[in-house]
Amino acid sequence: MPEDSVITDEMREAIGLESEPITTEIEQGAIVKFARAIGDDNPLYSDEEAARASRFGGIVAPPTFLRSVRAPRPPREFPSQFSANLDGGSEWTYFEPVRPGDRITVTAKIADFNERKGRLGTMLFTIRETRYANQFGNTVAIQRSTGISYDPEASKDD
Amino acid sequence: MSDQVYYEDVEEGMDIPTLRKDPTTQQLVMYAGASGDYYQIHYDKDYALNNGLPDVILHGALKNAFLGQLMTDWIGQQGTLKKLSVQYRGMDVPGTPVFAKGAVSKKYEQDGEHIVECDIRLEKEDGQTTTPGHAIVALPSRG
Repeated sequence: MPEDSVITDEMREAIGLESEPITTEIEQGAIVKFARAIGDDNPLYSDEEAARASRFGGIVAPPTFLRSVRAPRPPREFPSQFSANLDGGSEWTYFEPVRPGDRITVTAKIADFNERKGRLGTMLFTIRETRYANQFGNTVAIQRSTGISYDPEASKDD
Repeated sequence: MSDQVYYEDVEEGMDIPTLRKDPTTQQLVMYAGASGDYYQIHYDKDYALNNGLPDVILHGALKNAFLGQLMTDWIGQQGTLKKLSVQYRGMDVPGTPVFAKGAVSKKYEQDGEHIVECDIRLEKEDGQTTTPGHAIVALPSRG
């Protein structure tokens, strides 16, 4: 670990700690609104009749809809020396469709921290794992996302 | 929706149909509202400039959604999206088109499923990839 590491012992100890769950009931209107916002006219997301005739038997949510479902923060917060944040990417694993009326329970944890010097100065990478389960207790999806934090002043120096 | 793709139709190296999207500032506001992501870099230009950005930029998750649509459009109603990963390496700004593209990298049978893996990406008009990714799907089989 470099001496000027931005990853503190306190942060390392928080890796793997799971948050309290948050449960949200999925409304059909929210699915329709999300599909419209992303510009996806797939009838599975908004056309009840067409969706009912499909093998899904009814409306389902687009793959990234779960981004709109409120997720808890990992259980510990840290004072950050970085005020600017970017989304570095996501890796989704899907197990079951999400449907209107589902009660989706979301838990989150920090899976890892990394740091790197780059275009925006020192950048802190926070890997979060968010798990989504339905009312039957089945995991419907897992999202591993990478958050990038940096100092906006440092990025103006070059 | 009528032309369902089957596992037997797919060959390694083949391109999947490109999806063009024309994101606007209005779409960024719609996405902010639908997703609940109100970070100002996506709709407040002064705020974005003060954070060292060239303009308001597309939500990474919106680009993720475009690449999700690329896959679900291609695999049709009989296909299943199993995995979707994206990395935001470059920024995209509204008012200019982006192109979701992909090619089949592998196909194989596993646990009774017909699996196809694809390398996917979001490109700017000049061909620069801002968002590479990878997808794993299961397709129906004629067999």
